Amino acid sequence: MLPFLARRIGSLALSLIAASIVIFLVIEVVPGDPASFMLGLNAAPDTVAALRDSLGLDAPAFVRYWEWITGMFRGEFGTSYTYKVPVGNLIADRVWVSLPLTIYALTLSTLIAFPVGVLAAARRNSPTDVSIMGVTQLGIAVPNFWFAMLLQLVFAGILRWFSAGGFPGWDAGFWAGMKAMTLPAVALALPQASILARVMRSSLLDTLGEDFIRTARAKGLSRRQALWRHAIRNALIPVLTIIGLQFSFLLAGAIIIERIFYFPGMGSLIFQAITQRDLIVVKSAVMLLVFAVILVTFLVDVTYAIADPRLRRARS
Amino acid sequence: MQSHIRTFAIAGVLAVSTALTPAAFAADTEVTLGAQLEPPNLDPTGGAAAAIDEVTYSNVFEGLTRFTSDGSVVPGLAESWEISDDGKVYTFKLREGVKFHDGSDFTAEDVKFSLDRINAEESTNAQKALYADIESVEVVDPSTVKVTLSKPNGSILFNLAWGDAVIVAPETAATNATNPVGTGAFKFDDWVEGDHIDLVKNPDYWGEPAKLEKVTFKFISDPNAAFAAVMAGDVDSFMPFPAPENLAQFEADPRFNVVVGSTEGETILSTNNKQPPFDNPKVREALAHAIDRSAIIDGAMFGYGTPIGTHFAPHNPAYVDLTSQSDYDPEMAKKLLAEAGFADGFTTTLKLPPPSYARRGGEIIAAQLRDVGIETEISNLEWAQWLEQVFKGKDYGLTIVSHTEPMDIGIYARPDYYFQYDSPEFQKIMEDLNNTTDPAKRTELLQAAQKKIADDYVNGYLFQLANTGVVNAKLKGIWPNRPTQANDMTSVYWED
Repeated sequence: MLPFLARRIGSLALSLIAASIVIFLVIEVVPGDPASFMLGLNAAPDTVAALRDSLGLDAPAFVRYWEWITGMFRGEFGTSYTYKVPVGNLIADRVWVSLPLTIYALTLSTLIAFPVGVLAAARRNSPTDVSIMGVTQLGIAVPNFWFAMLLQLVFAGILRWFSAGGFPGWDAGFWAGMKAMTLPAVALALPQASILARVMRSSLLDTLGEDFIRTARAKGLSRRQALWRHAIRNALIPVLTIIGLQFSFLLAGAIIIERIFYFPGMGSLIFQAITQRDLIVVKSAVMLLVFAVILVTFLVDVTYAIADPRLRRARS
Repeated sequence: MQSHIRTFAIAGVLAVSTALTPAAFAADTEVTLGAQLEPPNLDPTGGAAAAIDEVTYSNVFEGLTRFTSDGSVVPGLAESWEISDDGKVYTFKLREGVKFHDGSDFTAEDVKFSLDRINAEESTNAQKALYADIESVEVVDPSTVKVTLSKPNGSILFNLAWGDAVIVAPETAATNATNPVGTGAFKFDDWVEGDHIDLVKNPDYWGEPAKLEKVTFKFISDPNAAFAAVMAGDVDSFMPFPAPENLAQFEADPRFNVVVGSTEGETILSTNNKQPPFDNPKVREALAHAIDRSAIIDGAMFGYGTPIGTHFAPHNPAYVDLTSQSDYDPEMAKKLLAEAGFADGFTTTLKLPPPSYARRGGEIIAAQLRDVGIETEISNLEWAQWLEQVFKGKDYGLTIVSHTEPMDIGIYARPDYYFQYDSPEFQKIMEDLNNTTDPAKRTELLQAAQKKIADDYVNGYLFQLANTGVVNAKLKGIWPNRPTQANDMTSVYWED
């Protein structure tokens, strides 16, 4: 196990270094100067030069890369060009909104997908199964931004049960925060739930066809007992893989949904920072997301290896 | 298994119903305004972002002079002033009993500090050029300040009304970006970044106190989301509203009033005067006649906007209507192109920034130019790219942009400005204008300037951007016009 872990940690570190170089280089070549963006149409060139100087934009690229990386190790991310507050605080505030949203959406999606997938598998080819398959197909096909706008129109515009968007901040109370997250979470969760339900169903059907299920049935278990006692646990492995992938996807990929609900998460922070050329925020925020995705992949790999020793040997 | 499903279902229903606590209704001394752009910070003296002034101007910060809703300049923190006969010395009498939000007194020292700071070498004030003529600022006594100019500047009172010249206190200047401390009728309260900013009433305000206890600015960049927010009642006012196509729907709803006012935004087809073939005045004249303004206003702005024939706001008393000089006449345009040696037309670039007036207007203009033989290669840029390529790099043939700064015809006197118009004659007019304080003479000079740039067909003059938006029918006192980038909330109130 130890050599395996060492190798995985080594590749984790290499991925992070490679990602940091790519992010830094991409941001270097992005056209658009932060200082001229901030000063607008009437600014004189020497004012722009003064601002560039105070933002530290004129140091050589290698120096800036090194300061960025070492700064991150010390937990210092610099000061945002436009907001003028420490980047670390800015990102932390958004993480406290994006992370709960991701967990909320993932919980919803799992709560919906699990029973639906089991139901479909248990009643294979029945009208229930056929309609579940139809609905989940629709759930995958409909783009989530369209679905988000529909939710907004019905529940905020017509029924007025919810605000059309925004986030009052956790200071406004836990339930106010949860309420503001509900529509975005539902919009994010439904397509994921559709995928997950279908995976759950097919994985369960595969498992139900395995020999050990036949043995269990031969020993006198009913179909339902075999399903609950033996099939579900074994069918969960692919489902957990998908949930792991969805976690990274939701954390990094909620940007369009955040825009529709003008929700102040990581996605909208990055989006706004890019348009304002607040590059110091962009690189650290993107780096953090990359780190989260790589970390989740790493944890999933390690979990597999713990669950299934064959994987460890195969890679040695 | 059935029971398991039921458990899941009940859990789900519980989760949703607990989330459905009834929405709190705002008391009638609170207003929530929708705005498309969130300010990057709250220091109007350190950046050009319009969104900074949209929150702070007149609400949090005040200058020596200030704009009113119709664009005229009235006393602000200066109660009155005297101008020396040579037009070079302005002696401001300051209001007494004014306090900053942190409780400290407003004095002549603060005025000197604020004005000196604009012109300091390391200053990052975006409008520094407007105040370059200020030679020295002298404290006469705690309520009197003498401002000496290096040469007469008839626009200085106007320029001092801009948000970039507000008076700040030395001890809080460095932190105004995140915690603005001004003298205005509202105090900064809270900023949930990415979502909203709260201002609350300043109980110790020197002037007429605000009628509202609290103003919230809520930032909604997506036009569809803005529509949903207005319909849901999340915001009480959205000025300007980003999607003119939705205004008809608001108009039909008795809950809302649609407001149409004026702005300082001259929307122009900016032309690179140094890039061939636009260095030929005949080609620029042809361009002017190839454009059908009313088609652009109807097609891109849903009919909102006033045609202009020069770079000047039609609601200004000194405005001259020169639209007939560049009437839509494609035959004439073709004839002029042939005279200039482009009988077969030519190809140029049309670089468009993000606002819908530019993107939609650009498509229509491209079609109109094609009719007279000018092919355009359209590229859509974001603002930062536009600033880099067009504004700084001057790498463009044509672009569309709305110049929203008030009274900005002076940019035509800057030969290195992005449309690269270099006319000594025009520069002379502007110099004379600066040296003139007599209102009648100033009007005359402003009119000469408008005519000069129209005669030279510097740019294609399209329309004055309208200030269109939606306001709750019971909310009164919102400025219909936009003389500067501001949402002055000091006299806004709810009608019973």
